[in-house]
Amino acid sequence: MSSKDVNEAIWSGWSVLFAAWVLVTTATLGSLFFSEVMDVPVCVLCWYQRIAMYPLVLILAIGLLPYDPKVIRYAAAMAGAGWLLALYHVLLVAGIIPESAQPCVQGIPCSETHISILGFLNIPTLSLLIFTLIGVLLFYTHRMESS
Amino acid sequence: MNRKTIFISVAGILILAFVMASLIYKNHQSGLKGASGGRNQSVVERQGAPIKGPVDAKVTIVEFFDPACGTCADFYPLVKKLIDQYPGKVRVMMRYAPLHQGSDEVVKMLEAAHLQGKFFPALELLFNNQRRWIVNHVSQPTRAQGILNGMALNHKELTVDMNGPVVTQAIQQDIKDGQALTISATPEFFVNGQPLPSFGYQQLSQLVKQAVDKAY
Repeated sequence: MSSKDVNEAIWSGWSVLFAAWVLVTTATLGSLFFSEVMDVPVCVLCWYQRIAMYPLVLILAIGLLPYDPKVIRYAAAMAGAGWLLALYHVLLVAGIIPESAQPCVQGIPCSETHISILGFLNIPTLSLLIFTLIGVLLFYTHRMESS
Repeated sequence: MNRKTIFISVAGILILAFVMASLIYKNHQSGLKGASGGRNQSVVERQGAPIKGPVDAKVTIVEFFDPACGTCADFYPLVKKLIDQYPGKVRVMMRYAPLHQGSDEVVKMLEAAHLQGKFFPALELLFNNQRRWIVNHVSQPTRAQGILNGMALNHKELTVDMNGPVVTQAIQQDIKDGQALTISATPEFFVNGQPLPSFGYQQLSQLVKQAVDKAY
């Protein structure tokens, strides 16, 4: 590999990771918009997913400036946890997991959804989609780094 | 372009977009609220709903509440204070918004107590003992009933009325109007049909003061 190729490889690895950062930042601001601006109540499960999502904004940013591919490991652990929670939430909303299993407070059952975009995208589905995408991007960066 | 520059400019764009969207949304929302105020008086108030304060008061605070809501219990003394602060001028109408699990049964008890003219004593008893009948934010109707049993009420009548048509209809109406007013959290206040600009005791007392100044 010439030094130019190496440079390009870093560039593209960086770009994919950067795309992941843009995604988590957009998702973070989006969820804050729902809860803080639109006053949509936040259920416990949503909070757990936020716990997995919000730190990624900082973790990925640190890994981007300067570029440190090791960040993939740390970010993947967070994204994995968030993905599992989002999956659980989606199954709960879909009614596959029974109502009695839901840990909820203040009359905001997690099995209730407040917003649907295009008729089928509710917030939990959006969350699962984003965590999946983050996983894909992280995996892609990892592949680019190891090859 | 340098990575740092890309990163910082994209971060800036995202934050700017968030701020802009918030401002646009808030603007739009306050426009909607202003437009719907007053016009919705018939949805906001219900004939026969429990009222505290003088009947002929020109300022009516309507509170949509859930007996299991902690904030509603916290606001209750403050609302009472507002009635005392403007003697003869302010009254409060209580309407049901049973958002908590199990609260639908408890509001039936309250409305049945209202039929015996004991709504406010019953409500105060439940508010003061919330810890005893709410477990993990879920209302326990049997426990609430147990607490009300200590009150001077015709309990036989209460049990019959709870599932009677009068109580059911009143609660249904409240839930229906609450939905029409897009109430998703309690307490929700309206002062002469006007919603609070934003949630808070300061905002409520401000709005009441304005209404009193206007009406008297």
